[in-house]
Amino acid sequence: MILRLIFASLLIGVSAAAGQSALPGVPATVTAGTAFSIATSGSGKAVFYIVGPGEAIRRDVQLGDPISIQAGDLHNAGHYTAALIGDSSTQTADFDVTASEPATISFLAKPSRLPVGLSASISGVTYIFDAFDNLVLQPQTVAFELSVNGGASQTQSVSTKNGVAWVKLNSAAKAGPAQFQARLGPVSEKRVVQQVSGDPCNLRMTARKSGNRIELETQPLLDCQGNAVPDGTIVTFKEAYNGTETTVDVPIKRGVAKTDMPDQDGALISVATGVVMGNEIQWRGGR
Amino acid sequence: MGRLLAFLIFATTAVLIVFGTLFPAPSAVALAGGATFLHSDSTPEEAVASLVQEIGRRDWKGAYDSLANKSEFTEADFTRDLTGIYPSLRTYQTLEGFDVKPLHSTDNDADIRVIFRWSTVVGTSRDVRDLHVTRSAGHWQAAWPLVREARVPPQVIPVNYLRWDVIYRGGGDDWGAQDVEAPHIRIVDMHPIDRGGRVFVLGEILNEDVVPAYVSVKATLLAKNGSTLASEDAFDKISHVLLPKQVTPFRIDFQNVHLSDVDSIRMDPVSSLVPASADPVIEVENQKLNGLPEPSLTGQLLNQSGQIVNVTHVLGTFYDGSGNLVWVSDEYANRALLPETPLPFAISLPADLSSKVSSYRVITGAYDSSRFE
Repeated sequence: MILRLIFASLLIGVSAAAGQSALPGVPATVTAGTAFSIATSGSGKAVFYIVGPGEAIRRDVQLGDPISIQAGDLHNAGHYTAALIGDSSTQTADFDVTASEPATISFLAKPSRLPVGLSASISGVTYIFDAFDNLVLQPQTVAFELSVNGGASQTQSVSTKNGVAWVKLNSAAKAGPAQFQARLGPVSEKRVVQQVSGDPCNLRMTARKSGNRIELETQPLLDCQGNAVPDGTIVTFKEAYNGTETTVDVPIKRGVAKTDMPDQDGALISVATGVVMGNEIQWRGGR
Repeated sequence: MGRLLAFLIFATTAVLIVFGTLFPAPSAVALAGGATFLHSDSTPEEAVASLVQEIGRRDWKGAYDSLANKSEFTEADFTRDLTGIYPSLRTYQTLEGFDVKPLHSTDNDADIRVIFRWSTVVGTSRDVRDLHVTRSAGHWQAAWPLVREARVPPQVIPVNYLRWDVIYRGGGDDWGAQDVEAPHIRIVDMHPIDRGGRVFVLGEILNEDVVPAYVSVKATLLAKNGSTLASEDAFDKISHVLLPKQVTPFRIDFQNVHLSDVDSIRMDPVSSLVPASADPVIEVENQKLNGLPEPSLTGQLLNQSGQIVNVTHVLGTFYDGSGNLVWVSDEYANRALLPETPLPFAISLPADLSSKVSSYRVITGAYDSSRFE
């Protein structure tokens, strides 16, 4: 293919240097993948060339007969040169192949995971391509929609510029996997943006005696917007007593963190997660 | 001149080789399996040294046969005390060296302290044993202070397991398909200190995300002219796997650098998403600061889960009265941590810093044999 391209380019260049005229009947623009024909005049045999981005066509033609370019013969968008080289003359013409109808959307959504309640924090960028992976440069209107199950959705329509449309949306107040969709006519693409809870708000624990241990359990952990803090988040319990400390890092399971620690009368028990402090309990043996 | 120097080096090397072959260092011969240099049990120290050399050669039978109290336990018990029942650092350790210190001595008995320096995969591990030595028929024999490792009876322990698995972007995905986001981490504290011609960068990292993170941090010391003085990372003075909202300390050591030469420090924290488990949960009980002459933070580890932890990494963060970082230190438990079985630990603290410490925080990291076998 590469050799064919080089050969065709050289041939057209040499012929052009020898003297040439315009090839009539070549359309100025052709949609990628579509068929068209070029009328020729005169008599005798000639060779017809089309050279463009990544493509080259060579045909032996009979002058006077039309030259047919079949659907799918030219599918890369870009600038092309057609040349008809006969025994005594060379005719050339330039034309453009443009992208056809939008067929696919490449959709970049960032980030894939973020806390709830952040403004202009989710970006979506679309690139519109036709069936032959040509970037569609003609303006198109892309509809973006970000929705969380059970929550209000955000929608925004944006016109493409040079084949690209982009949007910035807020993360919702409700945690959960958000469906982020970009739609253009019948074509759509979907991404999932995980919206997660923020730092725990109002971290509180309770304590009760259990044999020679103290059972400690937090209330269900929620962020300031009422979303449950995910299981696996580490909660640190600390018991200070008589110059010694006992600590344990416990993951939240089923919404709460619980553990047990030594029962020591007069101990000061505290709870924290990350940089958030919770309440303290002065343990009096369960009294 | 050059030829003369080369000849002198060659001749000196040859002399040293011959000398070392004919008169090898006795302890090296002993630990290498050759003849012991202290066959004699004519003094308590010699008897203990002979025993330790046999242990160093893993000659369990020879060591056991030389004990004064072998009727109290079997050779298998003795071997298990030294190598562990469950896979742990002890299983693969080798004796790097030892010190013998007499504590008390009479004509017929003595107390000798032996400080074993074991070489393990995470560095040197110290083990201190006090041996009572008695004289019988003109020979000294040591009694071994056997530590019976706890055993867990066969059982099924139900665990409400919490685990994260990750599906990464695949080769067949569209180029626009995003990969899973790396966890968001933040350095919440950083403090460089200068000690004895070395710079230590101390700090803490918070995993502020809702997924587990594998974290690492690199520090680069920059001179006043902007050039790089040195660059290091926090090797094992950090807990690399951080669960959501967990905080790890880190310490980065720089040799032969003075803080006065440093204009600024560039910190490069790195995180990646890894599959992880929230278990085991390890309670750190009875933490206590011990003062001079050997300042340390001691306590006990208690495994609240049903999983045997083969190697437990204990990291201590020390703060002054204003809450500023003073030091970060660590310790590896050289016995396996069994469910609901306390295991003592001791994190040493530099003597000159101990008076500044007013509070501390301890975290643990757990490794099971499936991750290092």
